[in-house]
Amino acid sequence: MSATLTQKKSIASVKSNAESFLFILPAVLIFSVFYIYPFSQIFNLSLREWDGISLSRPLIWFDNYKELLGDKIWWQSLWHAGYITLFALTFQNILAFALALACDREMKLKGFYRVVFFIPPILSEIVVALIWKWILYSGMQEGQHIGLLNYFLNRTGWHHLINNWLSNPETALTCIAIVHSWKGFGWGFIMLLAGLQTIDRQLYEAARVDGAGPLSVFKNVTIPMMLPVIVVVLILTVLGSMQVFVLILGMVGQGLVYHTEVPVTRILTAMQSGEPRFGYACAMGINFGMILIAVSFTMKLISSRMKQA
Amino acid sequence: MNSCRVMKEAQSVLIHIFLLIVALTCLFPLFWMLRSALMSRATIFTDKSLIPSELIFSNFHTAWTEGNFGVYFLNSVIYTTSVVAGIVIVSSLAAFAFSRLQFPGKNFFFYMFVAAMMIPLPGSFVPLTVLMNQLRLGNTRIGYILCMINVGLSLSILLLKTFFDKMPSDLEDVARIDGCTKLGIWRHVALPLASPAIAVVVIFNSLNVWNEYILAQLLLNDKSLMPLQRGLMEFQGAHSVDYHLLMAGLTIAAAPIIIIYLFMQKHIIKGLSSGAVVC
Repeated sequence: MSATLTQKKSIASVKSNAESFLFILPAVLIFSVFYIYPFSQIFNLSLREWDGISLSRPLIWFDNYKELLGDKIWWQSLWHAGYITLFALTFQNILAFALALACDREMKLKGFYRVVFFIPPILSEIVVALIWKWILYSGMQEGQHIGLLNYFLNRTGWHHLINNWLSNPETALTCIAIVHSWKGFGWGFIMLLAGLQTIDRQLYEAARVDGAGPLSVFKNVTIPMMLPVIVVVLILTVLGSMQVFVLILGMVGQGLVYHTEVPVTRILTAMQSGEPRFGYACAMGINFGMILIAVSFTMKLISSRMKQA
Repeated sequence: MNSCRVMKEAQSVLIHIFLLIVALTCLFPLFWMLRSALMSRATIFTDKSLIPSELIFSNFHTAWTEGNFGVYFLNSVIYTTSVVAGIVIVSSLAAFAFSRLQFPGKNFFFYMFVAAMMIPLPGSFVPLTVLMNQLRLGNTRIGYILCMINVGLSLSILLLKTFFDKMPSDLEDVARIDGCTKLGIWRHVALPLASPAIAVVVIFNSLNVWNEYILAQLLLNDKSLMPLQRGLMEFQGAHSVDYHLLMAGLTIAAAPIIIIYLFMQKHIIKGLSSGAVVC
């Protein structure tokens, strides 16, 4: 009798387990087909020479990776992404922090500023890229500068600054970095402001009563209290800026010139050029992914060390 | 005492000047886009006045019909609604199971989704494109929709599971005792109670799909299937002199986002920043 009861129970629990599993089945199916399978393929393909069409995909082991080590344009593209990232880490985040500090008080227009600073982040990269491309346009017609920036420089007497902003190798990358920071600073602003508002006002009061000046309050109260938020903002900035590329496709296009190439545009070029190299593109993807993981892991490690200290 | 107040006033004015300048640099490019969208092909290259003497509103109509932006817009609406609907259903089912139900392998599958978010994989579109062509899903609506559902899945599951975990289960217990099935509890108890979290999922993913570019570029070749972001790039490649129509197209692509944002800015800012922190 008791045996049949436990049997019945176990059948019921198997049925219940299967029923529960049905809830995650759609998610698991989609995820397996569109994430896990491509994920496993990227390793497989990176060990092969393949043009994306032909049936044979000869295994060449690590030749793609060896070639990557000596690929100057690849390392140059990594440096370009690094340059944009350093620019965003400093200028974009300092601006975001300054704005957040400025808004961290009872004041008029605070709601207005919050709304406006977050407009660039909600726009698409294509829209942002094409608007700025139009403003930075460097052509002339009937002796007039077409682009707003050059026109403005001409009218205000800064002739010597007039430039082919996006086709000049010396300015193109910086222009992209500025537009990228313009689009991104609202994120940092919102997150840092939210962090600042959680700091207990009494901490500031106590520090002031102890005779601390504004700078010392900032250094000894604000920064330590904000450290977790700052780390999140920094990691998001690094991951976002290193992988920027749609902005570049929109502002200068792809594969025409090397001075604005970043890793992801290199991957795209490798798979879309006249002689596509899917295997090499996958090797680039893995190489770049590992660099990103290493960088964000190091940042997390440093921040946890700082917390202990 | 008085001089102290003067100092404070001066400081506040300086802060406002700083904030206003930054606000202006945020708004001016959008203003310039709208202004350029209202000019003619002849005046757009030469006239630099802030408000041009002649405003041509028919540019929007021309862009919509001849520039094909009507089709692109409709496609963007189709993709955004179906992807977001798909994500809400699939991710809420999974999040509900991860939070409330018991089955073997639960933790394994949950951490699989979480791990996918932690590992950046910049070249994943290469094998994905290959797969889509193998499955004959390349250049189809359903293929693009399924890929985009997958893109939003992990984050949405995590957001909803966190919410379900914090939600008291009393109501669900009552429903269970009343003989409600698991699916019934999900549909009639869990989903309605989770509406704040679902709103976050909807906001985050709508913006993501509406603004997506790279998969649309790699997967869709027919103009009749392209969403707005792809269409904009297509247009600027083909009509490089029609900057007034391009600017009209940009306005068409940006306007819905900005208008919805202005109406729901509190929810959107809150939703997006909570989504970003989870990432």
